[in-house]
Formats: sequence, C-alpha cells, structure tokens
Amino acid sequence: MIFQRPSSFKTFEASSPSKESERGASGRGVFTRRALLMMAVQVGVLGTLAHRLYNLQAVQGEQLRALARRNRTSKRLIAPARGPLYDRCGVLLAGSRPNWRALLMPEETTDIGAVIERFASIVPLDERDHARIERDRRHLRRYVPLTLKEFLSWDDMARIGLNAPTLPGVLVDVGSTREYPLKELTAHLVGYVAPPNEKDVQKDGTFALPGMRVGRAGLEQTQDERLRGHPGSVEMEVNAVGRVVGEVERTEGLPGNTLGLSLDSALQAQVRDRLGERIASAVVMDCRNGEVMAMVSTPSFDPSLFDSGVSHAQWNSWMSDSRTPLVDKAVSGLYPPGSTFKPAVAMAALSSGSVSPEERFTCPGYYDVGGVRFHCWNRYGHGSINMRQGLKYSCDVYFYQVARRCGIDAIHQAGGTFGLTGKLGIELPHVRAGSIPTPAMRRKQGFHWNGGDTINAGIGQGLVQVTPLALATYASRLATGRLVTPHLLRTVEHSLVPEAEPGLFGKMPFTAAHLDVVKGGMFAVVNEPQGTAPAARLTLPGIKMAGKTGSAQVRRVPRALRESGHFNSMNLPWEYRPHALFICFAPYDNPRYAVSVVVEHGNAGATEAAPLAARIMTDTLLRNPAERTPFSREGQSPPVAPSEHESHGKSS
Amino acid sequence: MPDLTVPRAARRFLREEPKLKLFSLLLRINWIFVLLICLLAGVGYGALYSAGGGKPVPFAEPQLIRFGFGVLMMIVVALLSPRVLRLLSVPIYILSILMLGLVLKMGHVGKGAERWINMGGFQFQPSEFAKIALVLILATWFHRVGREKLGNPLRLIVPALLVLLPVILVLKEPNLGTASIVGMIGASLFFVAGMRWWQIFVLVAPIPFLGNFVYSHLHDYQKARIDTFLHPEHDPLGAGYNIIQSKIALGSGGIWGEGYLHGSQGQLNFLPEKQTDFIFTMIGEEWGYAGGVAVIVLLGVIVLSGMVMALRCRNRFGRLVGLGISVDFFLYCVVNLSMVMGVIPVGGVPLPLISYGGSAMLTMMFGFGLLLSTWVYRDDLDLGTDQQHSS
Repeated sequence: MIFQRPSSFKTFEASSPSKESERGASGRGVFTRRALLMMAVQVGVLGTLAHRLYNLQAVQGEQLRALARRNRTSKRLIAPARGPLYDRCGVLLAGSRPNWRALLMPEETTDIGAVIERFASIVPLDERDHARIERDRRHLRRYVPLTLKEFLSWDDMARIGLNAPTLPGVLVDVGSTREYPLKELTAHLVGYVAPPNEKDVQKDGTFALPGMRVGRAGLEQTQDERLRGHPGSVEMEVNAVGRVVGEVERTEGLPGNTLGLSLDSALQAQVRDRLGERIASAVVMDCRNGEVMAMVSTPSFDPSLFDSGVSHAQWNSWMSDSRTPLVDKAVSGLYPPGSTFKPAVAMAALSSGSVSPEERFTCPGYYDVGGVRFHCWNRYGHGSINMRQGLKYSCDVYFYQVARRCGIDAIHQAGGTFGLTGKLGIELPHVRAGSIPTPAMRRKQGFHWNGGDTINAGIGQGLVQVTPLALATYASRLATGRLVTPHLLRTVEHSLVPEAEPGLFGKMPFTAAHLDVVKGGMFAVVNEPQGTAPAARLTLPGIKMAGKTGSAQVRRVPRALRESGHFNSMNLPWEYRPHALFICFAPYDNPRYAVSVVVEHGNAGATEAAPLAARIMTDTLLRNPAERTPFSREGQSPPVAPSEHESHGKSS
Repeated sequence: MPDLTVPRAARRFLREEPKLKLFSLLLRINWIFVLLICLLAGVGYGALYSAGGGKPVPFAEPQLIRFGFGVLMMIVVALLSPRVLRLLSVPIYILSILMLGLVLKMGHVGKGAERWINMGGFQFQPSEFAKIALVLILATWFHRVGREKLGNPLRLIVPALLVLLPVILVLKEPNLGTASIVGMIGASLFFVAGMRWWQIFVLVAPIPFLGNFVYSHLHDYQKARIDTFLHPEHDPLGAGYNIIQSKIALGSGGIWGEGYLHGSQGQLNFLPEKQTDFIFTMIGEEWGYAGGVAVIVLLGVIVLSGMVMALRCRNRFGRLVGLGISVDFFLYCVVNLSMVMGVIPVGGVPLPLISYGGSAMLTMMFGFGLLLSTWVYRDDLDLGTDQQHSS
C-alpha cells in the first residue's frame, strides 16, 4: 500500500457511516461503487491503448518500418557520364565538363508551381527555361528531378543557397555538359547533342533524367547507344523538408563507351585550312582499310551551342545561310561527278568487253547524235585517241562514244561496284546515296529516257549524282581493286572494331589488266605532259599520284554561246559556275591514300580542285607517323605500319 | 443556496487554521504520489531533450524550470483546507468563465482556433484552467447537495448549467477536444455524486441525435479532422499527414525502439509537433513498445492513485475533487494517446507533464495540488457550518 495512514486519524475501516456526518457520508457507498466502476473502465481503456500500441509497434511494425525507410530516404536516379570521343591520336573530340544546375525534387514539395515561381524570382528564368519546365512538368515522375536551370553561375548558386528554406525540394547539383574542344573543325563528323524531346522520353524513360542528352547529328547520333551508358541510382537520407543529410546506398551507373575515331584531327585541320573560305568538301581515306583520315565540309558550325538548346536567332541564321553550314556536304551533298566519272565509264566499257583499251575514237570537238550536238570541252578536238589518252585529256567525245557503245546499264553497274550509288555504311546519319539512273529506273519515276541521257552520263553529267565520300571510296577502289568501304569508328573502349581490321575487303569483279589501263590513264592525267591536271603533280621525291579532274556544270550552256567561241565559265555568276572536282590516290605504285575534293562553283577541277587535292595529299603523306601514337597503340599491334613513303616524307 | 458570505468563512479559517502545524501538514502530503509526478516529469524531460535534437534547449530546460514552479505551487495548494478551497471555488469559476469569454473576444489565434490569452508576457490557455474550476465548483455544489437530494431532477439543473457554460464557451473557441473533456469531467462528477440511473438514461439516450446536430454545426477544419481520421490516406501530405507520420514513427520503433536520440522519424523532423502533442510518438519510436507501455503504466498508476486517494477521503467534497482531477488527468492521457495512435481525430490535446507547454503543465500541477489537498485533509469530516445552517 503506497498510501500512508497516519495513526492520529481514524482508519477507513474503523469509521462506521453512522458516526460520520450526514454530509461526509452522503452517497459514499454509491461513490465508492461508481468510482470503482470508473477505475475498471480506466484500466480497460488504458489496456486497450496498450494493445493498440502493441499492434502498431510489434504487429504492423515491419510494414511501418518499411514506410519509415521510404520516408527518410529518397531514391534518385543519376545520369550516366556520356562517353568521350577521341581521334586516332588520342585528341579529345567530344568530352564533358561540369555543369551546375538547380533541380527540383517533385516528391519533396507539395506545391511545385509556387516553388518554381519563387525560384524564378531568385534566379531569373528566360522564356526557353519556362517552356522547358512546362514541358517537363507534364510527364513528371516522383523520383525524377525537374531541371529548373542549368549552367548556374556562382552568384546564382549563392542566391539559391541563401533562400534554401523557402525553396523546399530545390537542390543544386553538378551534372555535365558536352564539350567539343575542336568546335567547328569536327562538327559534322562528331555531331552534337541536345536535350531530349518529348518523343525521346516516351521511348526511353531514362531520358527524363536531368543532364541526359541525346545525339542529334554525326557520330553522337549514330553511336548514341554506345555513348549514353546506363543510369545509376543513389539513395539519400533526407529530412522532412527534403534536405539531404546522408547517403544510404549508391549504385554507380555505367558510363558510356569511349570511342576512338580513325580521324586525324591535325590532318583535318590542315585540310580545313587548305579549303579556306571555299564552300567545299574534301575526304581523305586510307584506301587499304577504308579509314577516313579527314573529312571536311565547309563552312561548319559550333556544335556546343546545341547542348543547352540553340536560340531561335542562331537557328534561323544557320537555316537561311545559302552555304548550308549545318549540312555535311561530304556525305549529304550530291554533285554531278563530271569527268571524275570517266574512269568508271571506262571500266564499264572494258569489263563489258564493248571497248578495248587500244581502240581509237576520233574527237573533232563535238559529237552529233540524233540531230543533237554534244560538245567536247576542247572545241578544237583531240583527234584519234585511245582509252589512256581519253582519260588523260579527259576527252568528252571519246566518252560519249564509249558510253553509247557499252550502254547505260553497264555504266550503272560499274558505278555501283565503285560505291558511287551506295550509302557505304559510314557511321554518320543523313548519308545520301548517289544515283546513276537507268532507263528502267527513270521509267518507274515516270520519265522518258532519251539517248542524250546515256551520252551525258558518259561524262558524269545529267542525271548522275554522287557524294564526295562516294568519290573518295571510288578512288580507293580504283587504287586497290578492292571493295573498300569507308568508316570513321576505329576503337570502342580502346579495342579495334572489326570493321577497322585491314584486308577484309573482297576484290572487285574487274581484271587487273583493265584496272591498270584506267589507273594508267589517271597517272597520265597528273604526271604526263598535256594531262589535264599538271597542277596536281606531287613534289615529293619518289611518290607519284594518279587522279582525275572533273568540272560539273550546274547549268546548261546555251549552244549559241558555246559556238560563238567566247564562252568562258569564269564570266558566269558565281552560283552558275561549274563545280570543281578532283579524285586521286597515291603513291601510284603502292596506293595508300585516296582523296576527293569538291569545290562548289569552283569552275574547273584542273585549276581549283586538283592543286588543292595535291596539297592535301602531300599533307597526308607528310604526316609524321610518330605523332599519331599516343593512345590506341598500347597492347595492340599498330593497325597501320609506317611505310616507305612516309619515311621519305619525313626525310624530305 | 450555500451561504458563502466572506466574513463568516474568514472567521472560520482564522479560527481553525492554527490547529494544524505547517510541518505536520507537510508530512501528511502523499510524497509517494509526488514522486510519481516527478517521475512522469522526468520522462518528459528526457523526451524533450531528444526532441530538441539531443540538447536541453529549446524544450527540456524551460520545461524543467516550469515544473519546479509547478511543484512549489502544488505543495502550496495541497496545504489549503477543503473549506478554503470551497471558499475559492466560486471566484475561481467566475474567473475562468470570464477568461473564456475574454479569449473569445481577443484571444490569440493558434492553428485556426482561438485558444490562447496573453497574460503579462506568457500565453495562457483558459480552457485548461476551466476544467479545474469546474471540478471545484461541482464538488462544492454536490458537497452541499447530498446524494439524497439528487433524486429531485431540479437539483441537477444548476450543476448542469455550471457544466454547460464552459463547454459552450470552449466549443465556440472552437476546441472540440477540450470541450468534450470538460463535458466528460462534468458527467463523471454527476455520475459519482449519485445521479439516479433513470436520470442517466434520460440524459444519455438523446446523445446520438445531439451528436448529429453538433456535427452539422462543426467548423470545416473540425469536420476535416474527423474525415481525415476516418480516411487518412486520402490526403497523405495534408491533414492526414500527422496521423500517418505518427503511426509510421511508432511502427518503426518496434518492440525495443531505435534507441534514445536515434529515432529517425523524430530526429529527421518527419514528426509534426513532436515536442507537444506528438511527444508520445517520439518516445514510442526511440524506446519502442517497451518504453511506450512503461509510460502508459506510469500514467495508469498515477490515475489509479488519484482515484484511490479520492476513495479514501472521508468528506464528500474531497472525494469529488480527487476524482474530478484524476478523471481530468486520465482523459488528457487517453485523448492524447488515442490521437497519437490514430484512434480518434487529431485535436490539440497535450500529454500532461510530458508535452512541452506552460499552461497545461501549470494547471495540471494546480490540479494535483487539489488532489493532494484532499489527501492531506482526508480524515476531515468537514461537517461545515452551512450544513448545520441548512439542516
């Protein structure tokens, strides 16, 4: 008994009701009964509460503990690092640099709109930010943070930190932004990335992660899956207002693959400098294994502008530029090949057996067929010439007759064998295939075929269209006799991709003797007197180059003007001047590199494209192999052994 | 009507008081009960220490100082004789009603309800005080009107009005939780005072209809509380948040708890009002079911001790005061615990002596003082002069 009972007072038992006052006793029995009843109820109620507590803590404990864990942790997906791109020498072409950005965790705030409004009053958001936030809010997910603003300055971050209590769910973290150190030099090849659009997000939810980028051009686009990697996740311990107080678990994402290109960025820069202000494209290929060493299309653009989203003004200026800076002319530009097509026509004739190498055709300067007169570029004519001379002088009349003899189908077939009509499998988007239409194809398109079309095709005019990359491939195939295909991707995660292994290409269905006749003609073009491209002669000792000029008309020359004898295409307005083309390979006796150059409206291949090609070829041959070493050679056999001419080049 | 004219009462006080020496009075205080109170306050100190993030400020230390004052006040009140208390009951009741009226006029609005009054720098909740005042005035009334006279229902009208007045005023604040506690204290005193069972039946039968009527006149936020109590998952981040978080925190405590100062939900501020209404959740999370049950047992022992002290008292006034205070304390505990465990809707009722807060603690200590006073004067037969006067 915890209650003391002082003896000086009467005990409860001793005091009989009769002795107590009426007032003191009044209802005491009733009081005691009812108070005892209430005590029983009280014990019952407290017992029930204890039971309820047991239910909550012991029985449902496990389940509620799980809720508590979810309460105090916040799972967040983290965007994987996008893989870098290197050139063949280990020069960084595309990398990442830190990007401080403000994110909003949707699960940690109840009123997203209000938080965004308050954020906008602290860090100014422009129209494009608002539009992007609106777009992102539409497919908001609980665990995917909403990007409020990227590329925060220190001032922005300080302001956000200062106002953190009024911005529940807002946090600053570091992501990465894509960086292209060589900027416009490799823009067409490497391409660019841009924030994913709604379609991407629907396709793959991981695109909704802040900092995710999707390749929109070049290798960034075609190799997107390799470069993207896989997202990781991090489980953070957060308090009630969403402030991170610790990290519970972290699953690292898989970064994207490191890709190595066959490109030689130093050579690329030299080629770009050679082309200068011209609107032109040039392709340098290793004609033995198809590696693209340089591929330039001018003018170019700065790809890093796309990462944060291109402004309308910038976009409009690109789109209205008649020089089409965004288009990679090397793979998307279609040009009539002009006279550079003549070796293919010659091969068609030789392989179909319709013309022998020594058969002579007479060129009086023109060729009449069906009442139409086709002119030779030389209105005085070339006389009676064989195939080698036909190529050397680039005689149009010779090839008019050869084309008529062997027929358009044989030309189409030979052109296809040389890769002029295919997409060639290079790792670039928007690659356009050239075309050498046949009567059957034209009929399908609803056009009539007339004899003149075949004759025009004989000199690569009219309906024939090819890309500069196809021209380089064509030159490589002529040089090696093999079905070389171009490719840019050389290594993935530092190991060679199968396509980069040399010597995999099958032989073309042409005899070596026939090929030698055509190659001999191309040798004569450059190296013999009266060849069309003496300007393309190499000055390097012991190395000879073979090539073929081309001047492709973009506009028909009126007959009257031509017959007046005063026609000079240099007098035409710039946009009507012929394109200047040149294809070549070197060294002639052991071909290593093939080059194609196309200068838009360059007027004449012999004067404009040929010297350029010769300089580019010289640059290529002189590239010091020792400078190419840094990164891909470790643990691997060098895919390209330095050969004689390179050591020549070094010593000269 | 009881004659409470001051001169006679004062004369009696002066005549009788010297008989009991101060020291012997102090000795007769139930010190074991005081120890239990201190134990409870100790639990509160520990919990507030944890709620403050493992620091004595801002909760634990001020509360301890208040408790010190409370103990002093409790002992002073415990020494007052039933006669003095009866003498004081009327002015105290009138004062409490005035304050309730005042709080409606100019009260400080806290969380959508007018409950607080500013009294010289510190805030005061008159509804807490009204409960004690009601216990005193009802005990005085039923002391004078014996069980026998209650057979006449007219004798119940005045005490019923004494109950209804504060209930209505508190409801107007509006504070549904405290109003119902005030009503239940009144009902308990009616019950033990010796109401006839038929009278009880007549009063209880219409309650369901009355309840319907009251619900239709509730404020929106009160209705929202009832609705979210019934369906807390409908609005997990809004009004249902408190209940859900409280249950989650309790559940994560398990049988043995997460350890003192290591309750994740409380320490990470997921628990709302963890230092006031939801302090028990914090205890449950950190000490587990073991700690929670220990606190419930301690509360139960205090309640039953109070009830036993009331039973032991030999004068009707003391019995009624003792029981009223015990029931007040009990209802406080039950309403708070039920609320925290999601049994009844959330409604601003603290856990006495554990929750952080001044006026609840001080009024409760005042009540315990009254309870101890009934113990000190338990054997006082207290015939009272007015009894002789009226008989």
